[in-house]
Amino acid sequence: MKGTGRRVAKTANEAFAEAMRQIDPDVVAAYPITPATEIVQIFSQFVADGLVKTEFVAVESEHSAMSACIGASISGARAMTGTSSQGLALMWEMLYIAAALRLPIIMAVVNRALSAPINIHCDHSDTLGARDSGWIQIYSENVQETYDNVIQAVRIAEHPDVRLPVMVTTDGFILSHCLETIEMLTDEEVKEFIGEPPVRENLLKSLEENKPITIGALDLQDYYFEHKRQEAEAMKNALKVIPEIGKEFGEKFGRSYGFFEEYKLEDATVGIVVMGSTAGTGKDVVDELRKEGKKVGLLKIRVFRPFPFEEISKALSHLQVVGVMDRADGVNSYSGPVFPEICACLYDLEKRPKIVDFIYGLGGRDIRKEDIAGIFDGLLKIAETGKKEFNLKYIGVRE
Amino acid sequence: MDTVFEIRWHGRGGQGAKTAALLFGDAAVSTGKYIQAFPEYGPERMGAPVQSFNRISSSPIRIHSAIENPDVVVVLDFTLAEQVDITKGLDPEKGILLVNTPLTPEEVKKKLGFKGKVYTVAASKIAIETIGRNIPNTPMIGALTKVTGIIKLDELIEDTRKKLEVKFRNRPEVIEGNIEAIKKAYNEVKGE
Repeated sequence: MKGTGRRVAKTANEAFAEAMRQIDPDVVAAYPITPATEIVQIFSQFVADGLVKTEFVAVESEHSAMSACIGASISGARAMTGTSSQGLALMWEMLYIAAALRLPIIMAVVNRALSAPINIHCDHSDTLGARDSGWIQIYSENVQETYDNVIQAVRIAEHPDVRLPVMVTTDGFILSHCLETIEMLTDEEVKEFIGEPPVRENLLKSLEENKPITIGALDLQDYYFEHKRQEAEAMKNALKVIPEIGKEFGEKFGRSYGFFEEYKLEDATVGIVVMGSTAGTGKDVVDELRKEGKKVGLLKIRVFRPFPFEEISKALSHLQVVGVMDRADGVNSYSGPVFPEICACLYDLEKRPKIVDFIYGLGGRDIRKEDIAGIFDGLLKIAETGKKEFNLKYIGVRE
Repeated sequence: MDTVFEIRWHGRGGQGAKTAALLFGDAAVSTGKYIQAFPEYGPERMGAPVQSFNRISSSPIRIHSAIENPDVVVVLDFTLAEQVDITKGLDPEKGILLVNTPLTPEEVKKKLGFKGKVYTVAASKIAIETIGRNIPNTPMIGALTKVTGIIKLDELIEDTRKKLEVKFRNRPEVIEGNIEAIKKAYNEVKGE
C-alpha cells in the first residue's frame, strides 16, 4: 500500500465532511436535509473550530445553496455543497446553470428516494433524474470510495479540458450512516493531489483593465447552440480525464479507479450491471455462485456521467445475457433509467447479448443476497433456453 | 472471503444501542479488523424499540444488506422481549443471546424457550453503580467482548478511553465510571 493511509472508522457522511475539511474549499453553501445533514453539520463544526478557512454560507434553501455556489465559483472560488433527494430536486434549475456556465462545483449527494410518498431512505431516483443536467456523476460502492471519489472530483471538475461540476453520490443510510473501515489520506497528501484552483484569467483581466464582463448573458439563436456544443465537448473530454486521474490516484495512494469495475466478468456467460452499495453485496453473490460452477460476473458503474458508452459496450460484449439492476423506476412503462443506456451501447454489436431490467430497492427496500442470486438464476435460465420471458422484473416488492 | 461475524443490538431509544454498535465497531477497527456499524432508522423516540448492527471481519466487508441472521443478539433492556422477537433469525443451536438482566441464563432460556447459548449480566445495576445512570451500553460492550472474544479487554478499554476523553475532557469521573463498568461486566457475565 502506497501513501500513508491511516485506517479509521467513518460513515460516508463523516468521510464526505473529512474530505471537505482536507480540500478546504473557499466557500461551502448548504441547507440541511436527511440523510445528508451530517455532512454540513460536521463541516460547520470544522469551520467554527478554525480548521478550515472556508466561508460557510447557511442559506435558506437548496436553490439558494446552489445559487451561492454558482456565484462563488464564477468569482474563481472553490465551492462545495451537499444535499439529497428533495434538496437536489429544489436545486434543479440551478444545476443546469452551474454546468452550462462551466463551473467546477463539487457536490456531495446522499442518494434518497423522491417524494411522494415521503421517504428518507435510499434509491437513486434523485441523481438519476439529474442525469441530463450536465453534471459529472460518480457513484460509490462503500465509504472508502465515497471518500476517494470526492478528492478525485476536485481534479476532474477543475481540469482545464473539463470545467464541469461533479456530484459524488453515496447510498442514503446504507452508507451515509454506516460506520466502515477506511483509509484516509493525510491532509498534505490531499492538498498536494488537488493543487490550487485554476485562475479565472478572464475575471482577472476584467478587474485589471477595469472592463466589467457579464456571465450568463442572454444567448439566443445566434450562439446558444455553440455554447451547448462546447458543454457537450467538455463532457466528452471528461471521458479522457477521469481515468487518468483515477490512475494517478492509484499510483499515489494504492487505490486505482476507472469508469467501472469488472468483477469476474471476463469469462462469465451472464452478468449484472449495478451501481452503488449493492455492487458489494453482488460481488459476494458472484463468489458464492462461482463456487457452484455458475459463470456469473458483475459490472459496477462508477461514472454514469459521462456515460462510458464504448467501454461498457466492450466490457459486456461477450456475455450471453445482461441483467441491469436499476435502483429507480423510469415510470415509463418499460424500464428504470440505467437500462436504456446499456441497451443503447449494446445495440451495434454484431452478436449482442440479451438484456433484461430489474428494478429494486426503492425507498430503501433491502436487497438481499438471495434476491441477487435469484436474478442471476433468471439470467442463466435465459442463457440456457435462449428465451426471454420478460423485459422488466420488480425485485422484492409485494404485488 | 472470510467469515463475517454479525451482531444485532436491541434497545430502547435513549439507552445507547446505536452508540454501543459504533463504539464496539470502532474498537474492533483499532485492533485491525474491518467493520460495519449501522443503526436501523425509523421513527426514533425515547423508549421506543430500536436496533443497531455490527459486522466484523478480518478482511474487507462488501455486503450491504440488512442483517437477518446474526451470530449474536445483545439485548439492552429485557422488557423488550414482550414486544419484540429478540431471537428472530438467531440460530437455535449456535446463536448467542446476551441479555442485560439480573436473571440467570437458565431463567432467560426458560422465559424465552430459546435453546441456544444465553449469557446474562446485570448491566443496568453495574451502570448505576459505576456511571451513576442507567446507561447499560458500555457495560454490555464489556460483556460482549468477553462472550465473543473478537477483541481483547485491554484493547477495548484503551479505545473507549480515547473516545470518551474527546467528549468528557472535563469530567474524568465519567471516563473512569465507564471503564469500570466495562471491566465489571466483563468479569460478571455468566453463560450457559
